[in-house]
Amino acid sequence: MSEDIFQGYKGKALEVLKKYNVRVWGQTSIQTTRGDFEGTVLPRAENDDDIHIVLKIATGYNIGIDIGTIKEMKETGYKKANYKIPEKEFPITKGLPSVKLFGTGGTIASRLDYRTGAVIPAFSPGELYGAVPELADICNLTTEKVFAVFSENMGPKQYVALAKAIGEEIKNGIDGIVIGHGTDTLHHTGAALTFMVQNSPIPIVLVGSQRSSDRPSSDAALNLMHAMKTAGHSDIAEVMVCMFGPTSDEYGLLHKGTRVRKMHSSYRSTFRTIGDTPLATVTRDKITPIKKDYKQRRKDRNVDILPYFSDKVTMLYYYPGMKPDTIDALVDNGYKGIIIVGTGLGHVNKELYPAIERATKKGVVMYMTLQTLWGFVHMFVYDTGRDMMAKGIIPAGNMLPEVAFIKLGWALGQTEDPEEIEKIMLTPINDEITKREPYNGYLIYQGGVPEVEDFIRNFRK
Amino acid sequence: MKKNKSPETTDFNPEQNYQQTRQEIGYVSRKKATKADYKRIGFMSGLEVHQQLKTKEKLFCHCPAGIFHSHDNFNAEVIRHMRPTLSELGEYDGTALMEYKTKKEIIYRLNNETACTYEIDDTPPFKIDREALEYALEISLLCKLNIVGEVHITRKQYLDGSIPTGFQRTAILGVEGEIPLKNKKIRLIQLSIEEDSCREISDIRHTRLYKTDRLGMPLIETVTYPEMYTPDELKEAAEYIRFLNRSTGRVRVGSGAGREDVNVSCKGGTRVEIKGVSYNKLIPELSHIEAFRQWALLNIKSKLNNTIKDSSKWKIQQQEIDYRDFDLKYDPITNGLIDKYRILAVNLPNFKGILSHFTQPGKIFANEISDRLKVIACIEKPNMVHSEELEPKIIEENFSQIQKLFNAKENDAQIIFWAPEEDIPTALETIEERCQMALEGVPQETRKSFLDGTTIFERVLPGADRMYPDTDSAPIPLENTYIDGLSENLPSDVIDRYNQLKKWGIPEDTYTYIFRNNLFPLIENVIKNLKIEPKLIGTFIGHRLKFVEGHYTSADKFEYSKIYDLFKYLIDKKMDIQLSKKMLPVVYQYPKMDFDSILTSINFKKFTREEIISKIPFLKQKFSEIKISKDDKVSKQWIMGELQKTAIGNIPPDQLAKAIEQN
Repeated sequence: MSEDIFQGYKGKALEVLKKYNVRVWGQTSIQTTRGDFEGTVLPRAENDDDIHIVLKIATGYNIGIDIGTIKEMKETGYKKANYKIPEKEFPITKGLPSVKLFGTGGTIASRLDYRTGAVIPAFSPGELYGAVPELADICNLTTEKVFAVFSENMGPKQYVALAKAIGEEIKNGIDGIVIGHGTDTLHHTGAALTFMVQNSPIPIVLVGSQRSSDRPSSDAALNLMHAMKTAGHSDIAEVMVCMFGPTSDEYGLLHKGTRVRKMHSSYRSTFRTIGDTPLATVTRDKITPIKKDYKQRRKDRNVDILPYFSDKVTMLYYYPGMKPDTIDALVDNGYKGIIIVGTGLGHVNKELYPAIERATKKGVVMYMTLQTLWGFVHMFVYDTGRDMMAKGIIPAGNMLPEVAFIKLGWALGQTEDPEEIEKIMLTPINDEITKREPYNGYLIYQGGVPEVEDFIRNFRK
Repeated sequence: MKKNKSPETTDFNPEQNYQQTRQEIGYVSRKKATKADYKRIGFMSGLEVHQQLKTKEKLFCHCPAGIFHSHDNFNAEVIRHMRPTLSELGEYDGTALMEYKTKKEIIYRLNNETACTYEIDDTPPFKIDREALEYALEISLLCKLNIVGEVHITRKQYLDGSIPTGFQRTAILGVEGEIPLKNKKIRLIQLSIEEDSCREISDIRHTRLYKTDRLGMPLIETVTYPEMYTPDELKEAAEYIRFLNRSTGRVRVGSGAGREDVNVSCKGGTRVEIKGVSYNKLIPELSHIEAFRQWALLNIKSKLNNTIKDSSKWKIQQQEIDYRDFDLKYDPITNGLIDKYRILAVNLPNFKGILSHFTQPGKIFANEISDRLKVIACIEKPNMVHSEELEPKIIEENFSQIQKLFNAKENDAQIIFWAPEEDIPTALETIEERCQMALEGVPQETRKSFLDGTTIFERVLPGADRMYPDTDSAPIPLENTYIDGLSENLPSDVIDRYNQLKKWGIPEDTYTYIFRNNLFPLIENVIKNLKIEPKLIGTFIGHRLKFVEGHYTSADKFEYSKIYDLFKYLIDKKMDIQLSKKMLPVVYQYPKMDFDSILTSINFKKFTREEIISKIPFLKQKFSEIKISKDDKVSKQWIMGELQKTAIGNIPPDQLAKAIEQN
């Protein structure tokens, strides 16, 4: 395939470039009704309009030229940029643990993509070493790109592929596994891997970044160091999410894959353990457990890989006035399991009852989770709750909605027998339902209150 | 401490060397410097003029702009570390790598009133503030720049921490413009709109503290070509750009609202950027001294090139020394020992006579090393002593002892520095690097200015390699209709205003004051609408108002538009315009007071013309009784004096004089 010399340009702008015979990366001088401009033609993002041409001028800035103003245009030279993170061979140090990094895409390692104008993943041990040389002091790293998708495109297929790949690596004797992942659905993958990779002898750490690694203040490098430290050196052999504790560059938190949730669209400290405390804090030097009970690292290579998933599962976020046809439509479309995200202690309105009954009759299993995120489903407290249980909705304890969704898909991948499913759903694999909620499992402080203001002034949040 | 010379070094006197090298390069003070001096050293300079825009909100978020806090007024702190990243063209930037070497922990102080999650980079940018964009475009048009078709927000890396993201969002609005000076035109490279940076609170060792109140405020940067060939021309250009910006009434004034980066080089030197000069009056001295500093560094280069054959092989020698083996009674050294600082001796082969070489008034080459030790290795000053101190801090025997230690040659120079163990590798690297740079000439750097006109090293000069497209923002198209609309409502050019003031016969010594405070529109208004004589209003503002501003304080915010009201009041009441001068101090001090009350407060009483004139015969009579002179003029003057208090505001002096003659 010949190289695209008009990268990203379309319509009228493309015609103009062709007319004057100017390529992308061509140095050009342009005469316009607004005066003269000089610079290198840059590729254009696909979704931008077709009436501007992008130039990089001598001072390094980019500008756009309105094609309607162009009187004359001439290519005077050509220099293509080569955007490449300097690759250096990752040094192997005797005595350090070996860690495998699986790449799935996302912003943990990324570079500019002219097609979309956004960032795309870039990644190899050499590139990572070039960008974060400190990693070589933590572990001996190998990497494998399992797939390159953005977080929102991660799904059941990827969970299964990842689980199998992890199984292989464990058998091959790796000391720890890190999975680089976009942050949006990091907690879904955390849950999926907890169910699909059981009884692991080593830590499996999911990590991402909230600011892409092409930014000087990115959290990517520190997150990666924390994750490698955890994978290589920690005693906690669980599926964990490793992300910033406070928004400051201070320490990371290790969250159980089943109890973690992304709670802010853009904060660095977006991941929080819900209804419990995190497993541990992690810095570049050490891991400090917060929870005393955890699954410990073992020397053996035994692991259970259970790579099942049925996509006949869905979620329904309840809202006041919801009509029964929403449930009917799901049932009619062949869904076998529905996670209902109900209000308060786990409620939906009475209007839905006939639809719920109908679904149960058709063999669709339904589990109740909470919009409140914190707390347990308590369906005995009010009549409505008891009614719903009678009609077939099963309370899912304090399982987070996303986790319940993943678990139900995983269960349905193994059986369609409602009783079997119930057994799977309500038997916790790693604290997706806990027996008790500690008093410090729910802490959302309100700004403005004097003691909270004191706290955030004195501790870097 | 008295100079204590050992026998083998009696022939070398650092002070003498300083004076001699100062002469060698032909340094002249700025007062004595002529155009020929600047031509001799090839003085060349350009400007980057920063100016805050007077908007309600910040550039990329909805925090209020222009509210400032004291250092301790904050609600929370956030820590960040910066890492260098690749530019769009796949290169690392030199400054970025230097900043990374410093391993700084950067702490930001946030106040809820002026900072949100955008300032600490926990929220992506909101759409650019349209008010700011519009003001910046107006100024771009006044600068005759070619306006871009589409604005692309770019990230400009700053790893010093002055912006928590590690980059500044900035965008070019126009390229290739010009401004007229009295005798020539200066071309402009570009004008950009950008977010202002944090204000530094402190920078000690490896911790730098910033506050975020100013961060994100809209700023424009006007960049000239390096076409100013004398310090005076440079200042003239700076003033013109400042006045042009202010002529729009869209910009902030006051401390720090306008700041200049001054680029200076000499023939054979390189572009050095003196950062953040707030006062234009400092520009001539700063640029003068910098050009000569470069001239001096070139002299150092040629001296070193004579003795050092292969510059790539030049290396320092170093050795840790024990405090007890030497006589190092110098507080900074002994205090360092408490913190377990290590003491190192360094030999600089062939650097004799270089360390005490003149660089700036009162400064020598050794200062260049010490400044870098502070900035790059983060060792607080004083951080070293050396064998060519102008005022020795330790006795010279120490250096003879060190020379023996290294088996040093007669032509070598020595440094002793002290530092925490972890900073020693960077310190040694820094010393070697700065000396190697001396073999090449003038290092590219940014420098911080002092009021005396000298500068110190601030950072390595960043290049174009630190630009990266902002993937968080979409390009903003600028349609022809929008730009045409803005063009129609522009204020007149400063140069045209200058010529108009001249035409009106308003004295030139008032112009700076008039332009600095953007008072031309007011003067024009008063002349056109109130038909006041131009020279009168010109001097009223340029002399009287300036004096009042300098000598009184205003209880409320004094708006210049009050001047128009004052003249209008006097005209409407058919009072003498001269009364304005007497009223001004009160108007200025109490802007809310109405004019009637002001008249009362200056003891003004309304008299009719007839009432005043009717007193003349009586006074004439009185004067004739007491006179000692026969001169009629004296009589007139005496009567004028007697009547002045009652006359002022009621009858103009020329009319009074006539009346005295006639009655």
